[in-house]
Amino acid sequence: MFRYLLKRLAEVIPTLIGITLISFALIRLIPGDPVLLMIGERGASPEVLAEMRSAYGLDKPLPVQYGVFVGNALKGDLGTSITSSRPVSEEFSERFTATLELGVVALILAILIGLPLGVLAAVKRNSLFDYSLMTTSLIGYSMPIFWWGLILILIFSVQLGWTPVAGRMDVMYDVPHWTGFYLLDVWKSTEAWPAFKSAVSHLILPAIALGTIPLATIARMTRSSMLEVLGEDYMRTARAKGLSRTRVIFLHGLRNALVPVITVIGLMAGTIVTGAVLTETIFSWPGIGLWLVDSVRQRDYPVIQSGILLIATIIIVVNLLVDLAYAWANPRLRGK
Amino acid sequence: MRQNFMKLALIPALGLLATAAFSQQAQAAKTFVYCSEASPKTFNPQLGTDGATFNASSRPVYNRLVDFERGTTKVIPSLAEKWDVSKDGKTITFHLRKNVQFHTTPYFTPTRPFNADDVLFTFNRMLKADHPYNKVSGGVYEYFTSMDMNKLIKSIDKVDDHTVKFVLTRAEAPIIANMAMDFASILSAEYGDQLLKAKKQEMMDIQPVGTGPFVWKSYRKDSEIRYEANPTYFEGKSPLDRLVFAITKDPNVRIQKLKRGECHFVAEPPPTDLKALRADSKITVMEQEGLNVAYLGINVTKPPFDKLEVRKALAHALNRQSYIDAIYLGNAVVAKNPIPPTMWSYNEKTVDDDFDIAKSKQLLTKAGFPNGFQTTLWYMPVSRPYNPNGKKMGEMMQADLAKVGIKADLQTFDWGAYLDKARAGQHQLIMMGWTGDNGDPDNFLSVLLSCEAAKNGSNYSRWCYQPFEKLIDQAKVGSDQKARTKLYQEAQIVFKSQAPWVTLAHSKAFRAMTKNVQGYKMSPLGTDAFYGVDLK
Repeated sequence: MFRYLLKRLAEVIPTLIGITLISFALIRLIPGDPVLLMIGERGASPEVLAEMRSAYGLDKPLPVQYGVFVGNALKGDLGTSITSSRPVSEEFSERFTATLELGVVALILAILIGLPLGVLAAVKRNSLFDYSLMTTSLIGYSMPIFWWGLILILIFSVQLGWTPVAGRMDVMYDVPHWTGFYLLDVWKSTEAWPAFKSAVSHLILPAIALGTIPLATIARMTRSSMLEVLGEDYMRTARAKGLSRTRVIFLHGLRNALVPVITVIGLMAGTIVTGAVLTETIFSWPGIGLWLVDSVRQRDYPVIQSGILLIATIIIVVNLLVDLAYAWANPRLRGK
Repeated sequence: MRQNFMKLALIPALGLLATAAFSQQAQAAKTFVYCSEASPKTFNPQLGTDGATFNASSRPVYNRLVDFERGTTKVIPSLAEKWDVSKDGKTITFHLRKNVQFHTTPYFTPTRPFNADDVLFTFNRMLKADHPYNKVSGGVYEYFTSMDMNKLIKSIDKVDDHTVKFVLTRAEAPIIANMAMDFASILSAEYGDQLLKAKKQEMMDIQPVGTGPFVWKSYRKDSEIRYEANPTYFEGKSPLDRLVFAITKDPNVRIQKLKRGECHFVAEPPPTDLKALRADSKITVMEQEGLNVAYLGINVTKPPFDKLEVRKALAHALNRQSYIDAIYLGNAVVAKNPIPPTMWSYNEKTVDDDFDIAKSKQLLTKAGFPNGFQTTLWYMPVSRPYNPNGKKMGEMMQADLAKVGIKADLQTFDWGAYLDKARAGQHQLIMMGWTGDNGDPDNFLSVLLSCEAAKNGSNYSRWCYQPFEKLIDQAKVGSDQKARTKLYQEAQIVFKSQAPWVTLAHSKAFRAMTKNVQGYKMSPLGTDAFYGVDLK
């Protein structure tokens, strides 16, 4: 097991190097100089431009800039944002909790709805319910998030007025910073209950928009996995032994069908992050997605390269943990 | 046992009562919510260049030695009660207001009122490379430098605690207006010393302390900024108790929030929404002629645009009124001068180049291009208040130019690349514009059309014409506004005769707010300040 861990850790190193190189190079390939973007129409003397470039370390040759980036990152210094002059790590941690809160709620929503729907569709195989669910989930799976998000806003916020248009919380509530998760932080506020209601009402639409693809995936995956399990001999045996149908389905069937579903849920971390970029932009949700999109627009090099590195590291760590869990559960994998 | 139970039951009941009382108190406190369009880049206006930064820092938190009167560009006393200019125009003495307090916050408690040390601290930070704060937060004072203040100020001397003398390298009239600009906001030297001792200098630009009408409370990037009214503000406490900036980048979302009452005020509503907003009984729309200009810059260094006849032919070929109707939806006026009509010294007598295809063709023939020629026209990839839709305008221009035989290929780049290439003079025809900083004509004519700016890039026509240069240079040093007006009016005639631009439009600026917002005055400079605003 220890050797397997070492082997997997060794594989992580070239991946991380590749990510630093790609994130560093890609943003510099896009035309546009961050210093000129900051100056805008105004223009500035060559001396001022040189001074600004030097202040942000942009006057150095690219390999040197890359070396400085990697060297500092190894020391835990992820640089300072060009646009806000704040450390990237500080901005990231502030933003990450917002994305995590949205992602977790979206995933919980997807699991709570997707799993039972998948099971039902499998049990009622080839019924009208099954066909309509599968068609709906296919639509849900193929719908572009930006379009879906806008439709949700138009219907529920603009037409019906049930939910707020955007943001994370009604600004009338001054929520103290405690964990960064508003659903928890509101309980430290003087108006806890109304603030909580406001946080939930702000969260609901983005969570639906972001959770739709995972929901459709989970429902479809659960259905096919359940279908396989339902045909197994041990299911028939359990029924023959006199166990009730519900008990057999949920206790024997779902439990075994869940293994591949859990794998898919584990892999959803990446989908959630990419989906968050779009969802956050539409709902003005102050998470890492919106942060990265703005940084690309403003060519905030330190934020983009370090932000991508941080997100990639988190996804790599999650995947590594999933792999380790498998290896622990299934010794045959360790040798592969 | 029963008594204990009663006591236990009383605790949540009291808690509920306390909560209810707080809610009433919160409602009683006047909280004004401004749906702003972007996060500030810093809370130190010395380091900023954009409206979002100034709206969030200099306007609520700070004051300057002089300020612009609310809703105008008239310079009025602020932290300086009065000022004297020496005869040669090279020395300005500011007499400071007494007993002005800096904000008391959880991170700073002032022990003395504002005095000359704060003025020296503020300007020397930007001026002197050896100042302990000069290099803090990047240390680039772009506005200060671009207004040439680093070359203009020779020294700043403290005469006494309430008198400061600015010695200049040359006489320059616009410096008083420059002192009212955001970058000249006065910082606290005492707060600076405290942070220096704690080795936390960068906090000065993150957690601001000023003398302004609102005290900074908290900030969450891309989410909200909170302020509370300054109870000791020298012009009296604001009628608003709290000010909240709800940062909402999407203009459509801002409008929806305003309609739903989630904010009281929005900046720059999209022109397409104005009609619906005006029809809404709960919303007031304010408008004002903006201090701006949109223009088509002609690179005079590139043939055939080095020929005056060709430039004039372009001016006659473009049907600018049609752009005002289609792109600005009527919310602009055709520009004939490089400065807007609201600015002093605007020359009413300038004769505009009217839309006349025959005349345009005639001029092209005279220049040796009877069948026109081929060129490229760069259109703006971003929307600006002075030009809401560069692409559409480019297409309309292309169609107009085709009528006189000029085949213009439309081109654009990402905004950063656009500016980059334009600075390098790679363009032939370029769409550009400008919004004024301080209400002084020099801020348009020198910044956009001087020979120095042709070298630095903000003169995108790369037009350096000595008769024009002489006039604006002369006007810059004079302190008599009448004499300056005459020189600037003459400069506008020279500009028009040489046609380095086709002047396109001066657009109007808009603000939308809920009906209960009272006392707001639109600034011609485009910034939003909420001192003097009340909720009824």
